[in-house]
Amino acid sequence: MSQKSNARGSHPQPLFEAVGITKQFGDFTANDDVSFRIYPEEIHALLGENGAGKSTFVKIAYGLLQPDKGSLFWNGELVSIRGPKQARQLGIGMVFQHFSLFDALTVAENIQLAMPAGESITSLSSRISSISRDYGIEVDPAARIYNLSVGQQQRVEIIRCLLQEPKLLIMDEPTSVLTPQETEQLFSVLRRFAENGLAVLFISHKLDEIRALTSRATVLRRGKNVGSVTTKGRSNRELAEMMIGAKVKDVARQQAPADAKVLFEVKGLNRAKANAFAVALRNISITAHAGEIFGIAGIAGNGQDELMAALTGEWRTEKPGVIKLDGTDISISGPAERRVAGMGFIPEERNGHAAVPSMSLADNALLTNHSLAGVVRGGVLDLVGMRAKAAAIAANFDVRLPEPNPLASSLSGGNLQKFVVGREIIKVPRVLIVSQPTWGVDVGAAVFIRKAMQELAAKGSAVVMISQDLEEIFAIAHRIVVLHNGVLSPAGSATDLTAEKVGLLMGGDTAHTSDLAGGSDVAPGASA
Amino acid sequence: MEALMLTVLLTSVPLIFAATGELVAERSGVLNLGVEGMMLMGAVSAFAATAIVGNPYLGVLAGAVAGAMTALVFSLFALGLATNQVATGLALTIFGTGLSGLVGAPFVGGTIEGLPNLAIPLLADLPVIGNLLFNHDFMAYLSIGFLLAVGWFLRRTRAGLVLRAVGNSHDSAHALGYPVLLVRFCAVSFGGMMAGLGGAYLPLVLTPHWSEGMTAGRGWIALALVVFASWIPSRILVGALLFGGITIMQLAGQARGWVVPSQMLSMLPYIATIIVLVVIARNREFALANSPACLGRLFIGSK
Amino acid sequence: MISMIPRKHIPLSLTLLTPTIAIILTLLFGAGIFGLLGFSPLGSLYTFFVAPISRPDQIGDLFVKACPLIITATGLVFCFRANVWNIGAEGQLVFGAIFSGWMALSFPHWPAMTLMPAMIVASIIGGIFWAMIPALLKVRFNTNEILVSLMLTYVAALFIDWLVRGPWRDPMSFGFPLTKMYSDAALIHRIDVPFVGMLGQLHWGVVGALILAIFGGFVLSRTILGFQIKVMGDAPRAGRFAGFNPNLITIGVMAIAGGAAGLAGMVEVSASMGQLQPNVSFGYGFTAIIVAFLARLNPVGVIFAGLIVALAELGGDHAQIALGMPKVVTGVFKGVLLFMLLAGETFNRYHITWRHPAPMPGSREQ
Repeated sequence: MSQKSNARGSHPQPLFEAVGITKQFGDFTANDDVSFRIYPEEIHALLGENGAGKSTFVKIAYGLLQPDKGSLFWNGELVSIRGPKQARQLGIGMVFQHFSLFDALTVAENIQLAMPAGESITSLSSRISSISRDYGIEVDPAARIYNLSVGQQQRVEIIRCLLQEPKLLIMDEPTSVLTPQETEQLFSVLRRFAENGLAVLFISHKLDEIRALTSRATVLRRGKNVGSVTTKGRSNRELAEMMIGAKVKDVARQQAPADAKVLFEVKGLNRAKANAFAVALRNISITAHAGEIFGIAGIAGNGQDELMAALTGEWRTEKPGVIKLDGTDISISGPAERRVAGMGFIPEERNGHAAVPSMSLADNALLTNHSLAGVVRGGVLDLVGMRAKAAAIAANFDVRLPEPNPLASSLSGGNLQKFVVGREIIKVPRVLIVSQPTWGVDVGAAVFIRKAMQELAAKGSAVVMISQDLEEIFAIAHRIVVLHNGVLSPAGSATDLTAEKVGLLMGGDTAHTSDLAGGSDVAPGASA
Repeated sequence: MEALMLTVLLTSVPLIFAATGELVAERSGVLNLGVEGMMLMGAVSAFAATAIVGNPYLGVLAGAVAGAMTALVFSLFALGLATNQVATGLALTIFGTGLSGLVGAPFVGGTIEGLPNLAIPLLADLPVIGNLLFNHDFMAYLSIGFLLAVGWFLRRTRAGLVLRAVGNSHDSAHALGYPVLLVRFCAVSFGGMMAGLGGAYLPLVLTPHWSEGMTAGRGWIALALVVFASWIPSRILVGALLFGGITIMQLAGQARGWVVPSQMLSMLPYIATIIVLVVIARNREFALANSPACLGRLFIGSK
Repeated sequence: MISMIPRKHIPLSLTLLTPTIAIILTLLFGAGIFGLLGFSPLGSLYTFFVAPISRPDQIGDLFVKACPLIITATGLVFCFRANVWNIGAEGQLVFGAIFSGWMALSFPHWPAMTLMPAMIVASIIGGIFWAMIPALLKVRFNTNEILVSLMLTYVAALFIDWLVRGPWRDPMSFGFPLTKMYSDAALIHRIDVPFVGMLGQLHWGVVGALILAIFGGFVLSRTILGFQIKVMGDAPRAGRFAGFNPNLITIGVMAIAGGAAGLAGMVEVSASMGQLQPNVSFGYGFTAIIVAFLARLNPVGVIFAGLIVALAELGGDHAQIALGMPKVVTGVFKGVLLFMLLAGETFNRYHITWRHPAPMPGSREQ
C-alpha cells in the first residue's frame, strides 16, 4: 500500500528504506506489509493511533525485533539489522519513549554503556559537557539518574544518541512527557539536526506537532501503511481521518443543565510529591454540578495520576473537609467507602489498575462492587450474582465476549474499556470520576463510551473527566479547567473557550487565566 | 590468642568465597538461594577428587567445577525458563544437599591430606602478623585475591559496569542490546564456582573428611553476608571476619564456661543481617545506588 | 533461541497435566539415578514409591507424614498467592512448638478439654508472633521478607536448641537435650477407625489437617478475603483501587501462614514426639514450599501434593533400610520434582517455541 510518489527528486537514494515489513505476534499482526522511506535532511513523521504498529516498526528498524517478512535497505544496500548494536554501527540512533536508563548509575556511566568500549569516563564526561552546551541541553555527567527530572532524563537519552553521531535519529513519542515549551526547544534542536544533514524519524499521534515539525508523514493504521503524505498544508482533520480510517465523528455536546446543584466539591486539596518523578498537587479546587461533565485538560505528567489517586481515595488527605459529595465530607474515606457513598471511578490504565487481567470478568465485576450490597454475603462471594452482574454489564455496554465469563486479558482493549466503563455507569453513580476514558480504543468504542457518559450526566449525575485529548474535552465537557504542574486553572465554560486558549494554559501560560476566570464563578447553565 | 585469630581467619575463608560469588550474581539481578547446595557439591567433589587422585590442588579445581555445574542447573531453570528464583534456589539447595550425600556416601569415614600452608617469603617472618597473615594455604590467598578482583571488576571495568547495569534495569540493558541472560548466566556460574570453592575449603583445609551436610548452614550465612555487606565487596571481608569470629567466640566461650549461651552468639549474624536490611531499606539514597533493583525479578528475553 | 509468548488463556487440561508430567519426569530421572548407582531402576522405584504404602497401616503413616506438610503448605499458599514470599515457615513452625510446649509443660495437670485448645491457640500465636517480625518490617520499612524470614528461621532453630539444652531441659533426661514428656492430656491420640482399628500412627491431627486444607480452599476461592489476597497478588494497584489495604493483606497472609505453621509444629510434637527436642521439624517448613508449588497454590491440591511429597520422604526411609541407600536421596527427588514443577509453570503460562537465530527479540509489549 505504500505510495512511492512522494519520493523527493533531489535525493534519488533514500537513506533508509523498508519494504513489505510484516510482523506477527501469535495471531495478532502488528505490522502488515509496511513500506517506508526516509531521505537525508528529512524530518519524517510516523503517525498512527495507539496500537497501530508504530512501536513494532520502530523496534524492527532498530533491530530489537526481527521482521517475519520484508527487507530493510540502508543507503540502498540490503541489510539485516540483528540488534541495536548493529543498528548503531549503521548510524541509527534511537530515543525511546520509555527511557532506557539505569537509575543507580551516573549520567556518564549511562552514556558509556551505549558507546563503544575504550573511552575513559573522564574524556567521555568532557565530551558530554561540550555537546550539551552546544545544543543548550545542560546536564551534569556525574549526577545519578534517580536524582534527575523526567525532562533531564530525556536529555541524557538524546545526548547519548548524539555522541554516536547517528545519520538517522528515531524519536519515539518524545513529547509525551514534555511541556509545550520543552517541546518547542526539542523541535529547534531537531531542526538543527536536519540542517546538519541528519534524518529524523519522529513518532507521534499528536497532529499539531507533526504538522509543525515534519515535512512528510507515513501513516499506519492497524498495522498497515495507509500512505505517505506531505504534512504541509494538510489539516488535522485530514490526517486524523487517515489515521483512524473513518470520518471523524463529532459527538454533539449536550446542553448544560441550568441552576443545577453542586454534587461534588474539592476545596484546597494539597499533596506533596510522593517521589522524584511525581508531581505535587497544589490547592486543587473542583466544583461539579448535577448533569454536568467537568473536563480537566492537561498534558500527561502534570499531576493527572496524583489527582486521580486523590479523587478515588487510593491516596487520602489527612485533613477533613477537602472533598465533599453532595455535602457529605468524604475526604478521609477510602475507595470502597466512596463507592458506597455513590461514586464511581474509571482510572486511565485498564490492565492492572481498573481491571485484573488474569481474572475473569465476574471477578473484575466484584472489584468495584464488593463494598456494595448484593455480591458478598457475610464475607462469602455470590458467584452466581457476580456472573450475572458481569453478563449484565457486557449486554448493556456492547462488550463482545469470546466465551461466557472470559479472562479480562482475553478481551481487546476497546472491549475491556467498555466493560470497565460499563461496570461503573450501570450503577448510575451520582459522581463519576474518569481518566482518559477513550485512551487507545477504536473510534467506535470511543463514541460509545462518550455517549454513555453523556447519558449518565443527563440522568443528573456529575462527571469529572480527566483527559489529555482536547478534542474529547471539547466534544463533551460543559466546563473546562487545565491541570498544569499540579495546579488547576480557573474553570471556564466550553462554549466560551477555544482550543488555542486551553492549549496555552496546558503549556503553563498563566497570562490567559483571566479568559477562563470570567466563567469560573458563573453557574454552568448561565452561558448556555 | 594468635591461634584463636588464626582460626577466625580460616573459618571466614569459605564465607568469603561463597559471599563474593553470590554478590556478583545478585549484582546482576539474580537471587540464587542455592548457595548451600552448591557449596556441598563443591565440598564433596573436592573431597572425592582428592581422595581418588591424591592431589588437593585437583580437589580445588574439582570443587570449583562442581559448584559451577550445579549453578548451571539453576541457570537452566531460573534464566532459561524464567522460573521463580526463590523457589528454584531453594530447590537447588535441596537437590544439592541430596546429591552431595549420594555422591559422598562411599567417602564417609575417609580422610585426605589437605592443602599445605605456603609461607610467603620474608613477609611470613614478620613478628606477630607474619604467621597470622602470610602463612596460609593457597585457597586462603585465593579468596582474598578473588575479593579484590571482584571489587576492581565491578568498579573499574566496563564488563563490571554492564553487570551492574543489567542488575539495575534489565529492560534498559536489553534495549541497549546487552545480552541480559548471558550476563546473568556468567554471573550465576561465577557465583557457583565461588560457592564450590568455599565448599571445597571445608574438607581441604578445615576438617579433612567428608560428612553429609558438612557446610552446616554456611551457605545461608553467605547469603546473609551479601546483604550485610549491602552488595559492596570490601564489606564482605569485614562481615566474614565478624561472622567467622562469632563462630569461634562461641567455641572458645564454651570451653571457658561463659555465661552467654553459645546459641545466642550464633544468632548474632542473622540478627545483624536483619538490622542491616532495615537500615538499608530506610536509606533510600543508598538503596537506590547500591542494591540491585532487579534482584529476583523475572526477565523474559522475548515476548 | 527460546521464544516465550504469554498465554491469554490457560486451559484446565494443562493445569492438571503439568504436575502429572512433572511427577513422571521426576520418576524417570530417579530411575536414571538409581541405574547409575548400580541398582535396578524399576526395582528401586518400587522400593521407593510402592513398597512404603503397600499395607493399610502404612497408608496411615503416609498421612501422618503428610500432616505437618499439609497444614504448613495451606498457610503458605495464602502468602504466595498474595505475592508475599514467606520462606520462614520452618521458624514459625518451631515457635508454634515452643509456645504450645510452654502450655503443655506449665500446665500438665489440666484436662485435655482445656489444655488441648489452649495449646492450639498458643501454637497459632507462636507462629504468628514469629511471622509478624518479617511482616511488620516489610510493612513499616519495606525490607525484603524473603531474607528476613529466612534469617529468622535460623534464629528460631537456635532458640529452641538453647531452650531444650538449657532452661527447659528435663533434669532426668541424663543429659539429653529433651524436655519433660508431655502429660497425656497434651498428646494427640491415634484414631481407632471403626471396624479397621488403628491405621499405623494415624492420629486426629491428620483429620484436622484435611479439614484445614479444605477450609483454606473455601476461603481462598469463595470469600472476599481470598479475593482480596488474589487481587493483591496479581495486580496490587487494582487492589488499592478496589479499596483493599495492601499492608493489612501482607500482615494477614503472614499471620495465616505463621499461624498454620505454628499449628503444624504443635501437632507434630503432640502427636509424634511427646516432648520438645532440638529438632522438632525436619525441614517441614521448607518442604512445605515444594508442596505449595506442587499443589499449584491451591489449598485442596495441597492435600494431594502433601501426600506425594510425604511418599518421597517415606520412600527415602524405606530405601535406606531395604537398599542401603543414603536417606538424602529423597532430597534429590524433592529437588528434581520442584525443578520440573517450576518448569511446568513456565510452560503453562507461556507458549514456548524454539526459534532460529533471532538474537535480539524485544522485551516490551508489542
